[in-house]
Amino acid sequence: MEALVAKGVTKRYANHTALDQVDLTVPEQSIYGLLGPNGAGKTTIIRIINQIINADSGEISIFGQKLNPDHIGVIGYLPEERGLYKKLKVGEQLLYLAQLKGLSRNDALSRIKVWLQKFEVSDWWNKKVEDLSKGMAQKVQFISTVMHEPRLIILDEPFSGFDPVNAQLITEEILELKKKGSTIIFSTHRMETVEDLCDSIALINKSKKILEGSKKQVKAKYKTNSFLVEHRGTFNLTGSQYSLVHQEAAEDGLLKSTVKMNGDGSPNDLIRDLIQVTEVHSFLEKIPSMSEIFIALVKGESHE
Amino acid sequence: MNKIWLIIQREFLNRVQKKSFLIATIVVPLIFPAIIGLLVFVSKQSEKNARKEVIHFVDESKTFLPDTSRFVFKPFVGSLDDAKRAFNDSEDFGLLYIPTYELSKPKGITLYTKINPSLDDVGNIEHLFEAQIKDMKMRRLNIDQKLLDSLKTNVNISTVKVSEGGQEKSSNSGILFGIGMAGGILMYMFIFIYGAQIMQGIIEEKTSKVVEVIVSSVRPFQLMMGKIIGLASVGLLQFLIWIILMSTLTFGVLGYFGIDPPQQQAMQQMAPEVAAQQAAVNSNVISGINEALNLPWAFILFNFLFYFLGGYLIYGALFAAVGSAVDSPAEAQQFMFPITIPLLISYMSLFMFILKDPHGTVSVWLSIIPFTSPIAMMGRIGFEVPLWQLVLSMVLLIAGFIFTTWVAGRIYRVGILMSGTKVNYKVLAKWFMQRG
Repeated sequence: MEALVAKGVTKRYANHTALDQVDLTVPEQSIYGLLGPNGAGKTTIIRIINQIINADSGEISIFGQKLNPDHIGVIGYLPEERGLYKKLKVGEQLLYLAQLKGLSRNDALSRIKVWLQKFEVSDWWNKKVEDLSKGMAQKVQFISTVMHEPRLIILDEPFSGFDPVNAQLITEEILELKKKGSTIIFSTHRMETVEDLCDSIALINKSKKILEGSKKQVKAKYKTNSFLVEHRGTFNLTGSQYSLVHQEAAEDGLLKSTVKMNGDGSPNDLIRDLIQVTEVHSFLEKIPSMSEIFIALVKGESHE
Repeated sequence: MNKIWLIIQREFLNRVQKKSFLIATIVVPLIFPAIIGLLVFVSKQSEKNARKEVIHFVDESKTFLPDTSRFVFKPFVGSLDDAKRAFNDSEDFGLLYIPTYELSKPKGITLYTKINPSLDDVGNIEHLFEAQIKDMKMRRLNIDQKLLDSLKTNVNISTVKVSEGGQEKSSNSGILFGIGMAGGILMYMFIFIYGAQIMQGIIEEKTSKVVEVIVSSVRPFQLMMGKIIGLASVGLLQFLIWIILMSTLTFGVLGYFGIDPPQQQAMQQMAPEVAAQQAAVNSNVISGINEALNLPWAFILFNFLFYFLGGYLIYGALFAAVGSAVDSPAEAQQFMFPITIPLLISYMSLFMFILKDPHGTVSVWLSIIPFTSPIAMMGRIGFEVPLWQLVLSMVLLIAGFIFTTWVAGRIYRVGILMSGTKVNYKVLAKWFMQRG
């Protein structure tokens, strides 16, 4: 079953279209990256999923059910614009937020205690949020997002504003939550996190989804059949089968070349041909990074 | 609905647990009775000490003159001339010469004073004689004291003025004026103070960025209403505490100084002359209190609560809309103008029209239009407002707050998620028109 399916979601404002026929499919128990430049519509779709705003048209279903108010308790949401009540004590604050999510007072109490212990901050219960450091407040904020054990966790730019230590902590928590069965959607600009964490991604640009799929699929789609070869001595590859894209000097008098295969041949063919013309020291398929794909696609769009 | 209840609770507790709430709730009701107490105390003190005047009397007729709270009567033994001489040397108020007189035609009673006595003083002494002589006559007719006492009846005539328009107006309009003014001012203060608190709370939620976390759990409208209702309950609680504390303290203070509430006073049939004297002395205070207590307090209180809630909800929603649109209280100033204007108009009209002429055209319409009615109606409430006006005003008030809440809700749901935008009325209109 899919954790979330969106079909033709559209949201228009007076002067612009925030989302234009966006389809998304988020597999269950996966980490799903929602990518896109600023203003592309990521936050809009996230707000629609959280029922903060309504879509003009289109349909969203969560775990096979049409989106409805009961889903509030199923979703844990960490908005990009986040904060806590400054004057409230940590314990009261978490209790209030948990109850708003639909937990009973007793359930909320016991879960908050577990989480505070987990983050080794049990003694914060009576501290006011305004007395906490920023890093401490971030932990409280994260607890508030996940304490009701949501099956679907939506994190909007989770690492922006979090210090590296907390970012690491949260990364670990995200992985653990996934292991326990949760599905995590997060939007981010940080491509290295996408590379590390995401199983699938969607790329939204200018209100439209322009790419979606598992990380492997996406990379396979955008790989250019290029290979990085380290070798000693120059070579010339004949025929239209290959083209030499780039060549540069590497250490120890080696050369580093990027060779593109124009046909359908296998890497073995290239290796076979290469060892006849040069001394091969290393051979690596050049797989595009998410960042490269992202930039290429977004730039390509804006050039149209 | 469970969630709206949670929000109401949270808002309520947040405010009630603040020190400022505790201070305002306790200090304000102390000030009011303290002032009354002080006034009563001062007047009582001056009665007791300074004003108790000594009158010497030379009595040739054996008339019994009881002391009053104003005068102490001291018999002088000797001739009138001796008495005059002694009186001239003393600092006392007066010398009363009572020759033997016929009960039917008392003549020759003379009061010697160094300064011209007031008409009141002379009248009071005359009343004393009249009462004494009446009693003596009765006794002569073999009517005993019991019968005498039972003949005395206390009648309180309530004075009602009929104006040219045929409208009746209780003549003690001072009290009604006071109630109208206090009610109007209190309403004005409540709406402003609590309205501003709603606005502040919303701006706080917006600037601390907690609002998006909250609206992912509840509808924006629920959050807004929860806040408005939560604060309303704080306001009501504060108001009720004030009423209870103030009335307890007021009666406590009055009781301490020996001014009984009129219900007890009515039961005191003893010593009518004394009572009459006391009544004459305390007449201002007591008739005032009497008048105040005879007002339909339950009716006034009910109306105050109704108009407080109605006015608060009408303006509270508008304050909420403004709070949602801006990022700081300073920015809110530009939108405060249209909210403040009707409040100011009704506040100023309270003094210019409503209290002076509670049934004038301007007063009537101001008390019917929803935006001005909470304050205007408070000003009129003591003056027998016709039922149709009251009902129309209440219905319009309810319609008014449903309307403003609807408008505010539409602006609020968009506004709270927009930070860092330059907002003007055009933008507000756009938000209002925007679909969910």
